Amino acid sequence: MTILDRPAAARPAVAAAPPASARGAHHVPDRVLMKGNEAIAEAAVAAGCDAYFGYPITPQAELLEWMARRMPEEGRVFVQAESELAAINMALGASAAGARVLVSSSSPGISLMAEAMSYMAGSRLPVVLVNVMRGGPGLGSIGAAQGDYLQATKGHGHGDYRVPVLAPSSIAEAIDLVRDAFILAERYRTPVMLLADGILGQAMEPVAPTFKTLEKGRPDWILDGAAGRAPRVLKSLHLRPEDLEEHNLALQAVYAQIEKTEQRWAGEELDGSEVVLVAYGTAARVARTAVERLRDGGIRAGLFRPITLWPFPAQALRDAAKGARAVMTVEMSAGQMVEDVRLAIEGAVPVSHHGRMGGMVPSPDGVVDAVRLVLAESKEAGR
Amino acid sequence: MTATEPVLEQEGRTIYRRPALLSNPTSYCPGCGHGIVHRVLAEVLEELDLGAKTILVGSVGCSVFAYDFLALDSVESPHGRATAVATGVKRVRPDKVVLTYQGDGDLAAIGTAEIVHAAARGERFTVIFVNNGIYGMTGGQMAPTTLAGQKTTSSPRGRDVQTQGYPLPVTEMLSLLPGVQYVARVSVADPGHVGKTKQAIKRAFEVQLEGKGFSIVEVLSTCPVGWGLTPSESMERLRDVVMDAYPVGTFVDRDRGIAPALPQPGAAHRSITEGF
Repeated sequence: MTILDRPAAARPAVAAAPPASARGAHHVPDRVLMKGNEAIAEAAVAAGCDAYFGYPITPQAELLEWMARRMPEEGRVFVQAESELAAINMALGASAAGARVLVSSSSPGISLMAEAMSYMAGSRLPVVLVNVMRGGPGLGSIGAAQGDYLQATKGHGHGDYRVPVLAPSSIAEAIDLVRDAFILAERYRTPVMLLADGILGQAMEPVAPTFKTLEKGRPDWILDGAAGRAPRVLKSLHLRPEDLEEHNLALQAVYAQIEKTEQRWAGEELDGSEVVLVAYGTAARVARTAVERLRDGGIRAGLFRPITLWPFPAQALRDAAKGARAVMTVEMSAGQMVEDVRLAIEGAVPVSHHGRMGGMVPSPDGVVDAVRLVLAESKEAGR
Repeated sequence: MTATEPVLEQEGRTIYRRPALLSNPTSYCPGCGHGIVHRVLAEVLEELDLGAKTILVGSVGCSVFAYDFLALDSVESPHGRATAVATGVKRVRPDKVVLTYQGDGDLAAIGTAEIVHAAARGERFTVIFVNNGIYGMTGGQMAPTTLAGQKTTSSPRGRDVQTQGYPLPVTEMLSLLPGVQYVARVSVADPGHVGKTKQAIKRAFEVQLEGKGFSIVEVLSTCPVGWGLTPSESMERLRDVVMDAYPVGTFVDRDRGIAPALPQPGAAHRSITEGF
């Protein structure tokens, strides 16, 4: 379906009217302006999300509000839970019963969801979890930040598990990645995280008004009452160490397959670049402008943008950085992804970090200055 | 009937049959009430012919392996979250029968928010709440339901209400909520009470099948190991002490006109607006 198939009252605000010549009774504009949170929500509706569970938190509240209106319109399930703990556990139950489920929150709420994410990974239950990151630690601020990178990619809940993490850097890309997240979640029977930030959630950008649908199968593991078959049990508990090890080995085999086949990235101006900027999400937008300004100033800069933060596209980055004099991450954090970048580069090229924290966003000129400094130091060191 | 059939088969009739839904012998301690509750639950589901349309939401505690003993489609939940998980299951499969099976540590401590809000939303599933007043699986620590003065491994001098608070009457608290359709507290202290337990559990599932609202049956049970008593002493304590502190009975059955004798929220407002 398209978002414009819906009743007029449910349509997103079209801030810029299409040109008069193109107007007609059935005219569909090429672009509509949508807020990131609302676009993510509508993308999930279009992709056949059966159930949404959430709890209000800034800066993702519009996502919850959009679903509060849209899911009942479509005859689907919406529950505003009493907490993020309850929301993700409702998702656990709905997923076990075979529903395609979306849950969203922002950083502090995501921390509360860590427990059930571990259970869902252990029980092999698909779910898509959106984190519209804000400043931390603790209650932090409601400004956009990227301080949850390590939480998203390295841990979140307890135990040996991984979660694919998709990082859009525009609202249009977020729309595509919501659908891809459902595909990954169901293909591998795993939770998947969409890692956005407060700017992506709150900003409005023009997007194509037609959102893609997604077919849904009927997997052979879901719970629907054991009629005419043996009962099924979905669980993470395996008390015998031998059994739990075997279960863990099976999980690791899934993660190895994901690492092998699902790495995604985008590169810009990477050929022959002497400095490679590495950034994702909103920080990648800043880095892109910095690359333009550096190139205008005669420095051959390029941008490597991971789209999957886990699995991290390490080999692709290593290849992209070959021949570069410096690699620099641009992050809205103290430098978290930089750890993965260093692991990927394996010391072949000096790696540094430039970032701001607490809801502050690095400026393109700040990045340009940092790059010039690093290149100067590199020259002094005779590299 | 032919003359060659053995006498016993000719004259015998079935007076004891294990419900087919009880798939495996339980591993509970001697004198523990979980085995009784499992059996009663299996009998009720079988009598109502619900086995093939029921989804069990497990919990954490001694009953964590309930899915090993009950032949039902089952999903595990994190400690305390069973009613949130059940909300997700029932909302997407309203045509199925959904139940949670939770102990008092799970439901009355770590799962307090989840049970209250599932009840407040009037979720249309059934909660089997087995209350033995103690954390059994972890070694007999004090629970919110532990009686005043009761000795446990984490209240070695007896529960001191001045520092450790009073027992939490969850079932009475839930009875006040308008979305709650059926509430009963029963016991496994003797065969008579086990019979009433079965009636209550059956009624709870009937209420769920009618789609009217939330139903919960609290079953007062035993923990001989945690209580430091023999199985028969445990049943005596259950009957003489625990049932005195936690009175049994049907607290809410709205269809049958049983509701707490308290003004219902919104009643005053209704009477005023209806007057105009």
